[in-house]
Amino acid sequence: MAFLRCHDVHKDYLVGTETVRALDGVSVAIDRGEFVSVMGPSGSGKSTFMNLVGCLDRPNSGSIELDGERVSDLTSDSLASVRNQKIGFVFQQFNLLGRTSALDNVALPLLYAGVDRGERTTRADEALARVGLADRAQHVPAQLSGGQQQRVAIARALVNSPDMLLADEPTGALDTATGQEIMRLFQALNEAGLTVIVVTHEAEVADYARRILRFRDGLITSDTLDEVRNVAV
Amino acid sequence: MSLFELVRVSFDALRVNLLRSVLTMLGIVIGVAAVIAMVTVGAGAQAEVDRQIEALGSNVLMIRSGSRWFGGARTAAGSAQSLTVEDTRALKAEIPEIAAAASANRGSGQVVVGNMNWSTTIYGIDADYMIARNWELAQGREFEPAEFRNGAKVALLGNTVVEELFGAGNVVGQAIRIKNVPFTVVGALKAKGQSFGPWDQDDTVMVPFKTAEGRLLGKSTHRTGSVRDIYVSVGDADAMDLVELDITEVLRQRHRIGPGEQDTFSIRNMTEMVEARVEARQIFNMLLAAVASVSLVVGGIGIMNIMLVSVTERTREIGLRMAVGAKERDIMLQFLVEAVTLCLLGGLIGIVVALTITVGVAEIAGWPVLVQWPIVIIAIAFSAAIGIFFGFYPARKAAAKDPIEALRSE
Ligand SMILES: Nc1ncnc2c1ncn2[C@@H]1O[C@H](COP(=O)(O)OP(=O)(O)OP(=O)(O)O)[C@@H](O)[C@H]1O
Ligand SMILES: [Mg+2]
Repeated sequence: MAFLRCHDVHKDYLVGTETVRALDGVSVAIDRGEFVSVMGPSGSGKSTFMNLVGCLDRPNSGSIELDGERVSDLTSDSLASVRNQKIGFVFQQFNLLGRTSALDNVALPLLYAGVDRGERTTRADEALARVGLADRAQHVPAQLSGGQQQRVAIARALVNSPDMLLADEPTGALDTATGQEIMRLFQALNEAGLTVIVVTHEAEVADYARRILRFRDGLITSDTLDEVRNVAV
Repeated sequence: MSLFELVRVSFDALRVNLLRSVLTMLGIVIGVAAVIAMVTVGAGAQAEVDRQIEALGSNVLMIRSGSRWFGGARTAAGSAQSLTVEDTRALKAEIPEIAAAASANRGSGQVVVGNMNWSTTIYGIDADYMIARNWELAQGREFEPAEFRNGAKVALLGNTVVEELFGAGNVVGQAIRIKNVPFTVVGALKAKGQSFGPWDQDDTVMVPFKTAEGRLLGKSTHRTGSVRDIYVSVGDADAMDLVELDITEVLRQRHRIGPGEQDTFSIRNMTEMVEARVEARQIFNMLLAAVASVSLVVGGIGIMNIMLVSVTERTREIGLRMAVGAKERDIMLQFLVEAVTLCLLGGLIGIVVALTITVGVAEIAGWPVLVQWPIVIIAIAFSAAIGIFFGFYPARKAAAKDPIEALRSE
C-alpha cells in the first residue's frame, strides 16, 4: 500500500472576489522509499501540493492519506503532531533561527516532541554528523555558508527520523555546485530508505529523482518514471 | 514542552533583544519600585511618628501665650499678659487630673568645653518638666529642690550635646560654660531620637528655671516669672478634652478675660498634632502609591506593545516552529511565558531598587526600615498578573497564525 495517497484533492484560494484554483483535482500515490521530483511552471500549484502533503494545510475537498491515516480532516493539533513525527521540511530560504546555534536549530523539532535535553543534544549531533557538519554544531547561521545552512536545515528535517522529506526548491537559493551537493545528500538519504519529494525548476536537479510529477494549472499533467538514472551527473 | 523548557526558550528570546527587553522591563521596574518604596517608606515614617508620640510624652498638653501659633501670625502675643509660673502652679493645684505641670523657657546659646563649642537650645525648666515631657536620665541626677530655688549653675545635657562635646563617657561633674557662664554638669539625658523633622530634641541643655531667667535667657524679653510654655501631662488619656476645658477656664479667670474676649493663650494636644501630621503624610503616600500603580499599568501596556512588535517580527520563526511540530498551545505559552518573564524580572529588579531606596531614605531620615513583605509578595504576584494580562493578546495572536502564511512572511 502506498505511503502517500492523494485522491481528487482540491485547494482554492479566494483572492478578492475571485477564486484561484491552486489545485484542481490532484490524485497521486507515492510509495515508501521513492524519490520524486515535482516540476511545473510558476503558479502551477507545486507549493500548494507540498503544503497539503506536508500537513501544513487542509484541502477544500478530496482526501490525503499518509501512512494509512486520513490527514485531510485532522485537527490542527493532530496535524502538528504528524508534522513533528512523520515529516521533515526543507525550505528554499533555510528558515533557521538566527542567533541560535546549528545544534539548537537542529534540535528544535525534538523540543516539541517532548524529548529531554540530553537526548536532544545526542540526536541533534547525530543528525549534524549525517549531513557532514559535526564540527559546526556551535556555529550560528550567520557563520555558515548558504550550503552549510541548508544542510543544517536538512539535519533539522532528519532529526526526528521522519518517514518523508519534503523540499520546496531547496537549491533555489544556492549556486549550481552547492545545489548539486545538496541533491547528492538527498540521494544518499533516499538510498538509505527515506521517501523524498523535491520541488524544482531545474531539470538537472529533477534528474536526481526516479519519478517526475509535472504540474500545470493545478493538475498533474505527467507522471514519469525514470527506469535508468541519468548518469550524466 | 515543560515549563522549564518554555522559560529557557523565552530567556533566549529576551537575550537576543537585550536592550529592548531591558527598556521594556523598565516600566515595570519603576512601577514596582515606586509602589514598594512608597509603602515601605510610609511604614517607616509611621513607626517613627509612633516613637515620636512616645517621646513627646503621651497625654501632654502644651500651653503657650498668644492666641495662635504654629503657622499663621501670632496674634496678641506681646500685648497680652504672658503666662507665669503662678499659672502653672494654679493649674496643678486646681485641676486634679493634671499629673504634672511644668514651666519652661527656651533660648539658644553656645556651650563651651575646653576648646570645643556647640550651639544648642537652652531650656530653663522646673521640677515637673522631666515628668511632663517624659525625659529620663542616662547618667547623674536631676536638679535638687535647692538648686531650683537658688538658681544654681548646674546643667543637664541632652544626648547630642554629650556626643558633640564629650564624645562619650561620664559627664557628671564636668565643668562647662553656657553663654560664657560657668556651669557644672549634674546629669545627662537619655536620647529620644530625632523628632519633629529636622528639630533634634536631644540637642539641648537644661538648667533650673530661675538660673535661665537670671543669667541665660535674659530679662529683656521675659519678665521675672513669665513662662513661654507650660507643659501639662494628664494621667488619664480620656480626660484630655475635659482637662483642656478646665485649663481654659482657669487661665481665663486668672488673666481676667471677659466673656466674648479672645483667649490670650492657646492649648495644643501634642499627640493630636503629631497624628494630624501622620495623616497628612499617609494621604500623600497613598497618592504617590496611586501614581506608581498607574505607572505599572503603563508598564504593562509597554510590554503588550513590545510583545506585539515581537510577534510580528518573529512571524517566520512562529511559522517554522509550527512546521516542525509546535502546537498552538506551545506558541501561545512561549509568548505568554516571555511576557511574564519580562514582568517578573522587572518586578524583582523593582523590589531590589525599592529596598535600596528605602534603606537610603531610612538612613537619611533616621527611620527604621520596615519592609512590608506582604506588599513585596503582592508586587511579585501583581507583575506576573500584568505579564499574563498584557501578554495574553499578543500570545494568542502568535498562536493563531497560519503556518504557511507565517513561513512566507518577510
Ligand atoms: N495564500 C494564497 N492566497 C491566494 N492565492 C494563493 C495562495 N497561495 C497560492 N496561491 C495561488 O495558488 C496558485 C498556486 O500557487 P503555488 O504557490 O502552489 O505555485 P508554485 O507552483 O509553487 O509556484 P512557484 O514555482 O512560483 O513557487 C498560484 O496561482 C498562487 O497565486
Ligand atoms: Mg512554490
